[in-house]
Amino acid sequence: MGRGNRPVVKGDKAIRFWDIAVVIGVFAVVMQIVPLLVWAERRISALIQDRVGPNRVGPFGLFQPLADAIKLLFKEDVIPDGADRFLFVLAPALAFFPAAMTATVIPFGAPMLIGGEMLQLQVCRGNVGMMLFMALTGLSVYGIAFGGWASNNKYAMLGSLRASAQVLSYEIAMGIALVSVFMTSQSVDLNTIVADQTGTWMGFVPKWNVLKQPLAFVIFFIAAFAETNRLPFDLAECEAELVGGYHTEYSSMKFSLFFLAEYAAMFSSCCMITTLFLGGWSFPGMPAGETGKLFSLLTVAVFFTKVAVLLFFFIVVRWTLPRFRFDQLMHLGWKTLIPLGLANIAATGVAAQL
Amino acid sequence: MSAATPVVAGKGTLGTRTMKLNIGPQHPATHGTLHLECEVDGEVIVDVIPHIGFLHTGFEKLAEYRSYNQFITLSDRLNYMSSLNNNIGFAMAVEELLGIEITPRCRVLRVIMAELGRIGDHALSIGLQAMDLGAFSIMLWTFVEREKLYDIFEAVTGGRLTTSWTRIGGLSRDVPDDFVPAVKKFVDYFPGVVDEIEKMLNRNRIFLKRTIGVGALSKQDAISHGLTGPLLRACGVAYDIRRANPYLGYEKYDFDVPTAPDGDVYSRYKVRIAELRQSLRILEQAMENIPSGPVTALDTKFALPDKFSIYNDMEALIHHFKLIMHGHGFKPQAGEIYSSTEGPNGELGWFIVSDGTRNPYRLRCRPPSFINYTAMPKMVRGQMISDLVAVMSSINVIAGELDR
Repeated sequence: MGRGNRPVVKGDKAIRFWDIAVVIGVFAVVMQIVPLLVWAERRISALIQDRVGPNRVGPFGLFQPLADAIKLLFKEDVIPDGADRFLFVLAPALAFFPAAMTATVIPFGAPMLIGGEMLQLQVCRGNVGMMLFMALTGLSVYGIAFGGWASNNKYAMLGSLRASAQVLSYEIAMGIALVSVFMTSQSVDLNTIVADQTGTWMGFVPKWNVLKQPLAFVIFFIAAFAETNRLPFDLAECEAELVGGYHTEYSSMKFSLFFLAEYAAMFSSCCMITTLFLGGWSFPGMPAGETGKLFSLLTVAVFFTKVAVLLFFFIVVRWTLPRFRFDQLMHLGWKTLIPLGLANIAATGVAAQL
Repeated sequence: MSAATPVVAGKGTLGTRTMKLNIGPQHPATHGTLHLECEVDGEVIVDVIPHIGFLHTGFEKLAEYRSYNQFITLSDRLNYMSSLNNNIGFAMAVEELLGIEITPRCRVLRVIMAELGRIGDHALSIGLQAMDLGAFSIMLWTFVEREKLYDIFEAVTGGRLTTSWTRIGGLSRDVPDDFVPAVKKFVDYFPGVVDEIEKMLNRNRIFLKRTIGVGALSKQDAISHGLTGPLLRACGVAYDIRRANPYLGYEKYDFDVPTAPDGDVYSRYKVRIAELRQSLRILEQAMENIPSGPVTALDTKFALPDKFSIYNDMEALIHHFKLIMHGHGFKPQAGEIYSSTEGPNGELGWFIVSDGTRNPYRLRCRPPSFINYTAMPKMVRGQMISDLVAVMSSINVIAGELDR
């Protein structure tokens, strides 16, 4: 990865140490957020459904995901007879890898001044972070497609076919929504996009892209639901029709990798929405040019608060809405979101010229 | 079914074939054990062959070796979502065969419990409908309500799911003291739940898209398939046995027979929701004056006397002995009877042939699920796999009743 517009650092060991710390930190956050999310989903769904939810293992049932993971690890790992063994084993890894990788392009907080050098709280500091994100989300479909195909099961195949068509279609809508954001911010670099959203109108309304580009936000948000295969777009698994969809034949840790991938993808999507539309780590009334460590950590907290709100919304939507039918999903993608996105680009262009 | 899969489309040598997709007998969408052999062209269903019999229990044959009262426990297991309605329907058929007049209190209590059973069945059916479309929470909400109903059932009958409540000529026991307040509480608060469900679904664009025009059936088709219950009323036919051929004094209650015009999944949902409210209306009226008096027609010598009089009264003891002991019990005259009630899923009919012995010579149940299920392939042909699931849950097929 190129270093982009970051100040050049010459082989400083301290900075290298902190760079590695950021990498490890981001990875740890992604890995830790997934079980937390699973727990949160189960508790919130229980709240919605008049149930109690897991509350036995650890305080408030917080260790329940751990117990689940241990259970899954000890389950028999079945590979069906007719399966393509290589792809069958590869698929869960292929599903999890891009989902976990997309978090690397996110700037989690304000740059920090450590040992006289600026440390950016971002793993991939290039100016093409957005492109990398799109490429990685595009890759995620392979895990599902291979998984469904390699299982040699009709339900799995139908599920993976649906998922492939869905992710590909909504990728386009997502990309188009992004273009208008790029036009507003005049950059594809996520740090510049965040910087562009600092400041306020009239002293209190933050200059977030969600207010500058509301339509793009809605399109991106819907597409993010589809990309993560969450309800109302969870046609790929759709337990009422396709049993388990693409992961019907998976068991043990392979299944849990698919499971983790869904939550990791949800987390990175929320991070991306926060960065692109909700001002990232910035907050209104923020002092400009501040580089202190405490301030930097505060921005990290702000960022995760925004992400948490989005994740809550993701979970609430999942437990309230029914799911689309396959053709309706395609209609929404191709006939509504993409034309709307294109119109939004045109409108943004016109507005920029005025 | 031909062994070779038919070629659907193709130019030159590149043809596509339809795929055979088995849904069930073990599948999350089949509530109970159903098997649907689907011929799918991509996502579109070309044909469906429903296979039944996975839950065949031989109730009708078993009835030939049981006395009439003994069969009541088996009638629970037909449509186990509304066992009270089965109990009541069966008891009524036998009482008609025997020519027994039940007591006024028994009539009203039976109406109340039948309507509660109907509410439980419809509520769950609506919840499952939503669940099959992906809205899982609504199913659990209705489940909670059904549990509250089951609490009432348990207090009244001693059983939650398998109630075995009626006896030929009356009831197994009178209702407990707190029955009236418990039902009143339910009647007061349940409309709020219905409102909540409607709030979640009625204007939900995804729900409307998934249900309107899905699995539509014309009025003619519905009648020629012999559909009854909410399915028929959703096709615009206002036929309800409680109206058409009143029993248990239903003619005295003021209620509407809700209909919907389109015959699709959405209409069925609307009809069920409307019927929930109508059942509540009936309940309100029935609760107003429950006659006092005995719940069993003791003077007819068909119903068991209560335990106190058995221990204290010689006649009652003899009476009990004559009904219970092996080789004794009542014997209807030879003859046959068809009697039907409006079950939650439609016309629940009982055809009983008596040869003058203690057991029925032949007993045949007209299960609404079975008849309604026959129209299923017509509803789903040309629709998508997702629609099949929506249609299945809108028919509300209960395997116990389907296979008997």
